[in-house]
Amino acid sequence: MKTTSLYENHKALNGRLVEFAGYQMPLQYSGPIDEHMAVRTACGLFDVSHMGEFTVTGPGALDLVQKITCNDASKLALGQVHYSAFLTERGTFVDDLLVYRRGEDDFFLVVNAANCAKDWAWVTAHNTAGVKVENISDAVSQIAVQGPKAMEILSGMTDVALAPMKYYWFAQGKVLGAKALVSRTGYTGEDGFEIYLDNADAPKVWKELMKRGEKFGVKPCGLVARDTLRLESKMALYGNDIDDAHTAWEADLGWIVKMGKGDFIGRDALAKQKETGITRILKGFVMSEPGIARHGYPVFVDGVEVGPVTSGSPAPYLKKNIGLTYLPVGKSAEGRVIEIGIRGKNVKATVVPTPFYKRQK
Amino acid sequence: MSERFYTKSHEWIAPATGQAGISQYAQEHLGDIVYVEVTALGRDVKKGDTVGVVESVKATSDIYSPADGKITEANPALGSQPDLLNKDPYGAGWMFTLKPAGAFAQGDLMDEAAYQTYLKTITE
Repeated sequence: MKTTSLYENHKALNGRLVEFAGYQMPLQYSGPIDEHMAVRTACGLFDVSHMGEFTVTGPGALDLVQKITCNDASKLALGQVHYSAFLTERGTFVDDLLVYRRGEDDFFLVVNAANCAKDWAWVTAHNTAGVKVENISDAVSQIAVQGPKAMEILSGMTDVALAPMKYYWFAQGKVLGAKALVSRTGYTGEDGFEIYLDNADAPKVWKELMKRGEKFGVKPCGLVARDTLRLESKMALYGNDIDDAHTAWEADLGWIVKMGKGDFIGRDALAKQKETGITRILKGFVMSEPGIARHGYPVFVDGVEVGPVTSGSPAPYLKKNIGLTYLPVGKSAEGRVIEIGIRGKNVKATVVPTPFYKRQK
Repeated sequence: MSERFYTKSHEWIAPATGQAGISQYAQEHLGDIVYVEVTALGRDVKKGDTVGVVESVKATSDIYSPADGKITEANPALGSQPDLLNKDPYGAGWMFTLKPAGAFAQGDLMDEAAYQTYLKTITE
């Protein structure tokens, strides 16, 4: 069992630790609702050091990134980052990821912790041109600072200019004198930053963020809050909403697929499916009767069982119970009433537009 | 006589009133409770039968009957205020009322002292 560089910090804060993706990770500290609300109204800190990080550098780097991802990395300026995916030959998901462009031929890829080994094997298998790729996951720690107060809290600690940094851009500099990459990204739907650090530097940065954040109401946040926050903002979770059985079109992630950029793994399958049309699509719903939909619960449309709930939970900020599921394309319009099977009873829900929550600008 | 008796699965019952619910330990362990349902309302049940469910943000937990009897009431406040189970598990957060089949028999239910001892053995 691995631990992150922040293990002692979590213990000191009474984090309830569980095994996740091979790491001891905090499930919660003060409670998932308290933590969720802290992010929406003030600031929350997340240890995301378990995520995987790969570098693709030198001659052929752009070509390799273009081949193995579906978004167009050639459109990334230096200092820009985008959401993308590794797709199979069938146009389904190997993983979703962030692609950071640090240089003309210098890409920093951030992948899901649970898929790190699988992704690394997949990337190296497709690196037929012998481009320089490195798996630096074990050397990188990451802290996410998320919420309306995130910038105020982080500002005094870094030489990176935060105010002018646009959403999905990043810069390299120092945080408390330590080498860092700071991006205006996150998995919560709030403003905030993700800070990539050397392992040795993470504990002091975490401690200082907690100290400076105290007067703003900063809270350490665990995996439960991370999940409820991203679901409210309709951000996909690999293994739930996206997997190797659903294509990018079906997952409603066509916006990260750039068919015009040239060939990439999965392009042919996606082109074919675009022509024949999709039969199912990922949609959001809100429970309209009491009950909580959860991953795996059956979904019924006009009395017929369709795919299961992919993600479902209470939404603490919205004070509703929400979820995502794949619905037949002809029966997926906003307003449609569906039923979720909860402990043998069919409970009504309504298809709604997503994201369920969107922050004020 | 002890006001409340407890099961190993952390339900309590107060024989004087027939009220039952989950213990302080249970609510702490579950965390923020967001949904409560007494699925056996109106039914005759046996000790150990699933009579309801308590859901936290992350998980669902079955609730088992502490005795044989009929579930005659479910706390109406829990529909809109499920967190009463967290705030006041022995008072306003009572979950259901069980009318026992015969006279109340303690059987293997634990009294307050025995339950506290039991908690020590499972939390170490």
